[in-house]
Amino acid sequence: MQRHGTLHRETTAPAIADYALIGDCRTSALVSCDGSIDWLCLPNFSSTSVFARLLDPHGGNFSLHPTQPFKSTRRYVDGSAVLETAFETEGSTARIFDCLPVVEGIRQIRPLREILRIVEGVRGTAAFRASIDPRPDYAKLAPSPKFRRRLGWSYAWRNEILNVQTDIELAQEHSTLCGTFSVAPGQRRYFSLSYCQSEPAVIPPLGGMADERLESTVAWWQGWSSQIKYDGPHRDAVVRSAVTLKLLCFAPSGAVVAAPTTSLPEAIGSGRNWDYRYCWLRDAGLTMQAMIGLGMKEDAGAFLDWMLHATRLTWPKLRIMYDIYGRSGLEEQELPHLAGYRSSRPVRIGNGAHTQQQLDVYGEVILAAYTYAADGGVIDKAGARMLAGLGEVVLHTWREPDSGIWEVRGPQRHFTFSKIMCWTAFDRLIALENMGVVKLRDKLAVYEAERAAIAKLIESRGFNSEIQAYTGELDGVQVDASVLLMSSVGYKAADDPRVRSTYALICQRLGQDGLLRRYESGVDGLSGDEGAFGICSFWALEQLAQRGEVARAERQFGHLLSFGNDVGLFAEEIDSRSGEALGNFPQAFTHVGLVNVALAIEKAQRCHDDKRLQ
Amino acid sequence: MTPYIAMTPYMMESLVLWGLVATTAMTAILQLSQGLGLSRMSLTFLLGSAFSGNRSLATVLGFVLYIIGGWLFAFLYFLFFTSIGIYTWWLGSILGLIHGLFLLVCVIPLLPFVHPRMASEHHGVTDVRQLEPPGFLAMNYGYQTPFATLVAQAVYGGVLGACVQIQHAMTS
Repeated sequence: MQRHGTLHRETTAPAIADYALIGDCRTSALVSCDGSIDWLCLPNFSSTSVFARLLDPHGGNFSLHPTQPFKSTRRYVDGSAVLETAFETEGSTARIFDCLPVVEGIRQIRPLREILRIVEGVRGTAAFRASIDPRPDYAKLAPSPKFRRRLGWSYAWRNEILNVQTDIELAQEHSTLCGTFSVAPGQRRYFSLSYCQSEPAVIPPLGGMADERLESTVAWWQGWSSQIKYDGPHRDAVVRSAVTLKLLCFAPSGAVVAAPTTSLPEAIGSGRNWDYRYCWLRDAGLTMQAMIGLGMKEDAGAFLDWMLHATRLTWPKLRIMYDIYGRSGLEEQELPHLAGYRSSRPVRIGNGAHTQQQLDVYGEVILAAYTYAADGGVIDKAGARMLAGLGEVVLHTWREPDSGIWEVRGPQRHFTFSKIMCWTAFDRLIALENMGVVKLRDKLAVYEAERAAIAKLIESRGFNSEIQAYTGELDGVQVDASVLLMSSVGYKAADDPRVRSTYALICQRLGQDGLLRRYESGVDGLSGDEGAFGICSFWALEQLAQRGEVARAERQFGHLLSFGNDVGLFAEEIDSRSGEALGNFPQAFTHVGLVNVALAIEKAQRCHDDKRLQ
Repeated sequence: MTPYIAMTPYMMESLVLWGLVATTAMTAILQLSQGLGLSRMSLTFLLGSAFSGNRSLATVLGFVLYIIGGWLFAFLYFLFFTSIGIYTWWLGSILGLIHGLFLLVCVIPLLPFVHPRMASEHHGVTDVRQLEPPGFLAMNYGYQTPFATLVAQAVYGGVLGACVQIQHAMTS
């Protein structure tokens, strides 16, 4: 995809799909196709922002672009999270490598975080302009840079410091550092932003040492992605999704954040703007399924450890979300001084849904543990006791209403999917008992009886025989895409007549151009309509693959992949009319859906081939 | 009235204990100033990184060396107290303040010239020298660094001075 450079960003924010993600599994940055880092939180995903132009024209950014009108194309260096953006002007071509270096040897003395940008001339002499304007604490602060001669420039605030090292000359304009430079073919210019907190700064060198950091980062990512177990026809898309998922893993704890951004709107100007820089337990089961399917065993183990240990403070009850360290008090605040993405106010940090009750999360965590154990992973005794404790909570609460997987605000309801996941919780606990992982003792018979009782309830009140479909709520008339997961979690086979008819009605009522919304209009009580939900569209394809319709699933999968951006990234939602990305970006859950469909198609294809051979 | 007290062997024994207490208090204040965001200076890390390029080792080693150094420095303080025969908390604090000022003005600015991993504004960074230099009064590590350092040193000296004063009060 080729894009024309826009140098008048005061009035128009780039499309969400114009961004690409770079990161170091601790934090991440969004880089626009015109060479600007418009979103960066330091030191971690859910810390305050340093660059937030994504949410306000004056939110701070780090821009590198040609001084002449340009066209840009970009890609990730194969199998890596290193972004390469090529800028073509009338007489020149140059490219920028962007990354957060991953350096082997974590014990070495290095900055807490670093953003490395290398500009390389390819054709002709390219003139560039650089502009660095950090605005820490969600643009509440605008520290002045201090020149430290051969150590470059530094921005200091509170106990934090951001050092700017470059081999070009920069000048100060208020709080911004600006400069112009040129690169000849083969020549490289370096920019390093290094960050430290609560300790003396470490300033990484430029030149050959910076080249080494770039190379070692590429090598690390390529080594990691080469172990991905998928060799189907969509390997590029799957590897990109796996790398994105890995980028959203917080390495020190094993948590997986839903997205690296906050308040990118689900519909422009609608107020549906939420902070997704946290970890949702509802994503656990499917995320684990994707990780195990791809062979990301180490990440899967860390993720399960995080789930079982980070939730200890609230155990046996589970909150629906936690931060990367397992803290659950995520009070929601609005930031009125930020204009919002394309004026979509309010910008929110924290998440008011953290106090909601969602019964499905118990099933998700138990399903994740089961998936991990079934693949040969070891769950220790403490973990097994914690899982058994979760079963006790489900036993006492599954008859209660809740807020459901979509965190619907307002009165609690009896969501069919929540009941399905309570069924899953008992079903997988019984399976874990049979595998010798957990000890349910006298509870085994109780859980078997309760599992049957839940199934009876779902079949009698969750299935509406008038419309021949499982509904979003018990005794309901509206459909909900979440029930598509019933075959993935093993509640019903994908080719069951009730499941098939539900699939048909969901596609009819919620579908448009091969995409699915998650529920019908008005369910969430919020004004305006949102876009199609990325992962729901993938769930539908997974069900198609599960019932053996491989060719149809494959064809529709190719269509869905076309809604990714030029580097293969998906947002939470897709505007079904324009195809534009909506919501926080990139979204781990959507990429999990993509991976699971690819794996399901590959598995179905294998079964199909085996049958033909027989 | 300032008490004039002669040094006794018993006081020498307690010096070992009080030297440790004073060093611990000083270290705690410096660590607290880091944790509260008053300063990015970590004397323990700066000390340890002079001997090791391994961050974990440098942090632990620096901590151990710093505690030992503070302990040994206590003997110098006691020598001073003995030489003038006055042991009070306020004299200790004044001595600590002077010591802190000497550190900030004379010793810490020398670090870029002697620390093997510290960069300097004159020579820039190399593959080995990457640590940020402290600057005048160590203010590169935050404008409140001198304040935190002086408070920590004053507490260190005050504790040492107070120990004999308290012992004297208890035995007399």
